Amino acid sequence: MSYQERRAIVSLFGSTLTFLLYCAYMLTRYPEVDAYSAEMFHFWGSFFLILIPVSIIAKVIIQIIFVIINAIITREDDPEIMDERDKLIELKAMRNALYAFTFGFLVAMASLVFDMTPPVMFAIFVCSGFLAGAVSDISEFYFYRRGV
Amino acid sequence: MGDTPISNNIRRLRFEHDEMTQKELARRTGVTRQTIVAIENAKYAPSLELAFRIARVFGVSVEDVFTFEE
Repeated sequence: MSYQERRAIVSLFGSTLTFLLYCAYMLTRYPEVDAYSAEMFHFWGSFFLILIPVSIIAKVIIQIIFVIINAIITREDDPEIMDERDKLIELKAMRNALYAFTFGFLVAMASLVFDMTPPVMFAIFVCSGFLAGAVSDISEFYFYRRGV
Repeated sequence: MGDTPISNNIRRLRFEHDEMTQKELARRTGVTRQTIVAIENAKYAPSLELAFRIARVFGVSVEDVFTFEE
């Protein structure tokens, strides 16, 4: 398995773990109020705003740990350059992630059309964001393994 | 996706050039070793620029390195 394939797998598991832990933590602070109250919207607003830096910091820490452990185990340095194949794979993975998020966005809007509450819509948004990240990691792994 | 219709002689050319390593070829063409591996295994069709760079390293024409097979 190549360095890039290992990196994609670690990224997938890292972001899944981070997302689950964050959701578990935020669910303990879920307000017991009306679904249409200002406090509920405040909760979901802070949920999104805090999730972004938490995800970025967790991703950076996980990547640093991965590079160190990978160097110790395989005695192989991480590729210092990003060449044309890496850029092509990154673009294709990003395209697939965008498709996944767009699908999630449409489902979220459909939930409003079918008279579901705003928290349901926000939950679908969060899940589609996570799903988009997972699709990106899985796509990268697939393209590195099967060719592009 | 998957195997490309472009086959190549890079493995043979590396052998004829003092068994040049994939790492050395990658360094001289400005890509990662994994990309050279993918090209050799026909998992990736390089850009025209990279194809010329590889050919130049071996001192041959692009047609001597790559062949298009329909």
